[in-house]
Amino acid sequence: MLELRGLSKHFGGVKALDGLDLSVREGEIFGLIGPNGSGKSTAINLICGVYAESAGTVRFSGQVMNGKAPHERLRAGIARTFQNIRLFPNLTVWQNLWVAQNSPRDVAAQGFLSRWFGATRRTRRELAELLELADLGHKGDELASNLAFGEQRRLEFARAAAARPRLLLLDEPAAGMSRQEIEDLGGRIRGLRDSGVTILLVEHVMELVMGVTEQIAVLNFGKKIAFGTPGEVQRNEAVQEAYLGTSASDSGAAGEGA
Amino acid sequence: MSYYLGLLQLIGVHTLLGLSAYVLMLTGQLSLGQAGFFAIGAYSAGILTVIFELPILPALLAGALIAAFFAFLVGFPALRVKGLMLVVATIAFSEFVRLFFFNLSWRVPRGDIHVGPDSTNGFREIRYFVANGWSAWEITTFVWIFVILVMAALWWMDRSRAGAVLRAVGEDELAAQSAGINLTAVKVTAMTAGGFIAGIGGALYAHTATYVDHLTFTVLLATFAISYPILGGLSSVFGTLVAVIFIQGVLVEGLRFLGDWRNIVFGLLIIAAMNLKPSGLFDARTTLLLRRSVGLGGRE
Ligand SMILES: Nc1ncnc2c1ncn2[C@@H]1O[C@H](COP(=O)(O)OP(=O)(O)OP(=O)(O)O)[C@@H](O)[C@H]1O
Ligand SMILES: [Mg+2]
Repeated sequence: MLELRGLSKHFGGVKALDGLDLSVREGEIFGLIGPNGSGKSTAINLICGVYAESAGTVRFSGQVMNGKAPHERLRAGIARTFQNIRLFPNLTVWQNLWVAQNSPRDVAAQGFLSRWFGATRRTRRELAELLELADLGHKGDELASNLAFGEQRRLEFARAAAARPRLLLLDEPAAGMSRQEIEDLGGRIRGLRDSGVTILLVEHVMELVMGVTEQIAVLNFGKKIAFGTPGEVQRNEAVQEAYLGTSASDSGAAGEGA
Repeated sequence: MSYYLGLLQLIGVHTLLGLSAYVLMLTGQLSLGQAGFFAIGAYSAGILTVIFELPILPALLAGALIAAFFAFLVGFPALRVKGLMLVVATIAFSEFVRLFFFNLSWRVPRGDIHVGPDSTNGFREIRYFVANGWSAWEITTFVWIFVILVMAALWWMDRSRAGAVLRAVGEDELAAQSAGINLTAVKVTAMTAGGFIAGIGGALYAHTATYVDHLTFTVLLATFAISYPILGGLSSVFGTLVAVIFIQGVLVEGLRFLGDWRNIVFGLLIIAAMNLKPSGLFDARTTLLLRRSVGLGGRE
């Protein structure tokens, strides 16, 4: 479903991503891990079109995505969340989801007027369902900036889901979460996958990655150094070295990794 | 009495000018091009009633459409510049428009005189209202019908999904794009709508003043346009109205005795307001609070 070939991004002299090859199959939860600065966020930004690649191709459902703007890629089915939450802080929770209803299905189902100036009953129902799923049912009229950290993460996740993606890119969705919230997040990720969404998970919290993913690729200095099932990756020596070679304590990643 | 009616007309026209900047500011674009669109509306509608002898309504609509068309054209290059660069680029546009009308001479005979724009001498005899025997009351009502129509349309738009999308772009372009919003379409549409509204304002201004020249449309006018929504905040269109009444009704008129010092006081006031209340007189939180306290709920 997602094919990356020789994907590279150079920032001046820094090779943030250096010839990444990756295939994510439809319906799987795919993990992308690596020490800080190894190029994970860069990969996500290339896949969803925020950065233009220096070399290589991004292919999604057989279609080449190179040169397409982020909103076009979203409409093709690629949604994402951000490492540092990026909500619309002065919009209400409800509005944050409302503006994100941009899937071709939603566009086709609503006429121009009802899409921009009205809200059909179906829209309201669907947004209410999303709110419930995100455990924000009672917070619809709250400004996004007034939410607690965990709620903001859930809202961003729900906003991505509101676009009905076929592929969801999650950039460290568990960062800063409590153990309970992480468990909860694992459930949401699986739930979304079970409804047919393919997931690319970038994460430092190993218990989450090892718990939900089926395949994992490991990056170090912009290059893929390992690939396999969670078990295989955990036993891989190159991976253990990469994590021990960087400051293992601040990433909190090596715990289960090494 | 006619002094107050004249002031009321001016407040109405400036409210339209402020609202044209308001729409753009929702998407995070700060433009000093509004004076240019206002000028295009003023001259176009004036030419249509004076030279082509059209009635006021079609002339006004055409003036607004022509201004909107130029705003649409300006919208595309404006996408590539942000913040201060956009401010500078739009000043350049306004100045270009001003200089165009400074040089425009299009005189046609009418009876024993000539009418039409006369370059440096300005465009006189935009006398549609007088020639058709409108009273000051009728003119004022006519102006305010448009002010109310535009305010109502924007107020309604603000609470619809379209308004939320404009604001989403203004708050975080990257997040908006990533959520599937087409930045180009949204920003150019906002620019076009802003041009349309400024064009209505300009058309009304030309006919209430009966005389315009290039000096009417300087950077000062463009600064007024953006200072209304800055002072009034972006929570609702009423902030802009309140700011216009305050600046035009209280400051400009009330401080007339200060002469040129007025501009300095005006500048200081804007700076003070921006520092004390960066989000304007009413911020999003305050509005939500007000809306709830009168039982309207917070949603659309
Ligand atoms: N916009 C940018 N300009 C310059 N350099 C950048 C930019 N974005 C990333 N980099 C550099 O590219 C490298 C990879 O960064 P990236 O953010 O992709 O890492 P990451 O794997 O997501 O790290 P983390 O786990 O800390 O989020 C780093 O050396 C970073 O400094
Ligand atoms: Mg990162």
